Amino acid sequence: MPEKIEGKVIPLPQDNIDTDQIIPAQFLRFLKKEGLGKYLFYRWRYDENERPKADFVLNDPRFKDGTVLVSKKNFGIGSSRENAVWALTDYGIKAVLAESFGDIFYGNSIKNGLACIKLPESIINDIIEKAKEGKLTVTIDLLNKKVVYAGKEISFEIEEYARRRLISGESEIEYTLSHYSKKIEEYERNMKSFVKTNFNEALRKLLEG
Amino acid sequence: MPYSIIDKIWEAHEIAKEDEMSLLYIDRHLTHEVTSPVAFSDMKKKGYKVRRPDLSLAVMDHNVPTDSKVNPTIDELSKQQMDALWENSKTFNVPLLDFYSPYQGIIHVVGPELGFSLPGLTIAAGDSHTSTHGALGSLAFGIGTSEVEHVFVTQTLWIKKPKQFKIKINGKLNKGVSAKDVALYIIGKIGTGGAIGHIIEYSGEAVSDMEVEGRMTLCNMSIEAGARTAIVAPDEKTFSYVKNAPLAPKGSEWEEAVKYWESLKSDPNAKYEKEIEIDASSIKPMVTWGTNPAMVIPIDGEVPYPSEVKDESLRAEYERALKYMGLNPGQKITDVKVDYVFIGSCTNARLSDLIEAAKVVKNKKVSKGVKALVVPGSEWVKRTAERLGLHRIFIEAGFEWRHSGCSMCIAMNSDRLPPGKRSASTSNRNFENRQGPGGRTHLVSPAMAAAAAIYGHFVDVRNVEISEVV
Ligand code: SF4
Repeated sequence: MPEKIEGKVIPLPQDNIDTDQIIPAQFLRFLKKEGLGKYLFYRWRYDENERPKADFVLNDPRFKDGTVLVSKKNFGIGSSRENAVWALTDYGIKAVLAESFGDIFYGNSIKNGLACIKLPESIINDIIEKAKEGKLTVTIDLLNKKVVYAGKEISFEIEEYARRRLISGESEIEYTLSHYSKKIEEYERNMKSFVKTNFNEALRKLLEG
Repeated sequence: MPYSIIDKIWEAHEIAKEDEMSLLYIDRHLTHEVTSPVAFSDMKKKGYKVRRPDLSLAVMDHNVPTDSKVNPTIDELSKQQMDALWENSKTFNVPLLDFYSPYQGIIHVVGPELGFSLPGLTIAAGDSHTSTHGALGSLAFGIGTSEVEHVFVTQTLWIKKPKQFKIKINGKLNKGVSAKDVALYIIGKIGTGGAIGHIIEYSGEAVSDMEVEGRMTLCNMSIEAGARTAIVAPDEKTFSYVKNAPLAPKGSEWEEAVKYWESLKSDPNAKYEKEIEIDASSIKPMVTWGTNPAMVIPIDGEVPYPSEVKDESLRAEYERALKYMGLNPGQKITDVKVDYVFIGSCTNARLSDLIEAAKVVKNKKVSKGVKALVVPGSEWVKRTAERLGLHRIFIEAGFEWRHSGCSMCIAMNSDRLPPGKRSASTSNRNFENRQGPGGRTHLVSPAMAAAAAIYGHFVDVRNVEISEVV
């Protein structure tokens, strides 16, 4: 992952964009994560006959090459579907700027190298306003925690772990295994006995009646 | 330092801390066919194993057909996902409640009812409504697919400790007002983002009075206020609910467990970043009018006027929602007619929910032109309801009586709300297209949904005749 992300801004000035809108449930029935970009914002992007709706921003030629989405409050609330992040990244979105994010969506985005940056309402509104003509690019500088656009430099806050992981792109599972396997084993040795389950066996008994 | 129940469970499971992230041990992991395939295939590719199959449980629920077990209506893609879960559960040795299992159901219904989910545990599932299990007094997190894989391989989760939000519900609920109405009322008050970054702890007289299944409804819906999860401290009601569950600890382990669970109450001076108090007696039966659960009004209310909303983006949202929902400002909600009634989902398809609905339905008929279905939350709920004769009440009234599954809550199987049609639904999301492309969803309690089925429009269930059913 790069320390800097640069791209053209796509404005989506709406609160409460839930993950059902980002990717509808019917496209959750695949067995892979690749190829979801064409279903991104499916119901807003296409009509019943799968023709692009002219009034939706992703169908506007001026924003065709956009890679940074800017939205308002509570972006990505609702369903935990990581497919929402996969649809965005598969489409080519590298970062989302918003006033706030749904918690699970935010966590998912970091794991997939999608930078979600929280900015104050006034900045978001300014970026949206300036992005209207399809000519605004922004740079997200993860190293210095700054967003740069139209000659302005805005500092942002980001959790250190999120920033580290976005920059390094390292596998969390490998990290946990190599650093904490011993501690996990130790924890398991001391677990309260009621926590353990013989679920397989109990289930078998239950099923055998 | 005084501890809340959240602090107590958190600390008992925290293996390590780095920056703001904690590594939490996860005691129970539930998984379903939709959010697991990518995790499993990545594990295969990398040669990972499931670390603790004994603490894991797989369930088919999201796209299972509900019309028949013998001759089910199912599309190819859904079948592929169900088959993949079957195969993966074999490959990785994870216990599975298959489509044909007599204990199949929605994960958030079967976890607690089987005793797989217990108080004092950390629970994770690749599904946002995992918060439901918090009603037992556990810390239960909905997670994404990358995290599903992390939990499978390491039995742990990296998570930033959320802030804590205490919601105290004082006083008594009025007759005809249920946990669902409380949940909708709270979301209406604090908004869809009102609890982002927080874990909600519910307490107060109305919560103590509530049965465990009602608390599940409350914790379930907390996600719709943006909460990371929600919890209710376990009490005598919780213990007797859990005790009957087939997989609950037995003998001396039960004694040990209850002793521990009793210690989990929040200390009197525990610190919360946010606190609100709510007066239970002021809550009426609620109906959503818009396209997120915060767009909600009491049954005697009217659809709001966007012009009266000061905030510009909220006004735009209201206008958009009214257009999508086909409603006019000032319209009485009791004048709104419904085409479909869906009694189901992990929010409101447990036995007590079906009983509340049946009380309204008994000796009445579904209004002409309304299609009404009951989709029990699990096959166990279905069998128990049948033992009580509830299915007869529903079927005689004109309801369809289905097998369990997520069904029209998410419309991944063939149960869909057609374009332009309007539903009264006991599920949790009234998002655009959620119950089917172009469908219009109004969220209500089971009793309110049942009443809407009978009258063909929304009615105040407090004025409807209620019969005894059990
Ligand atoms: S019933 Fe609905 S909300 Fe609950 S798990 Fe199924 S799809 Fe999700």
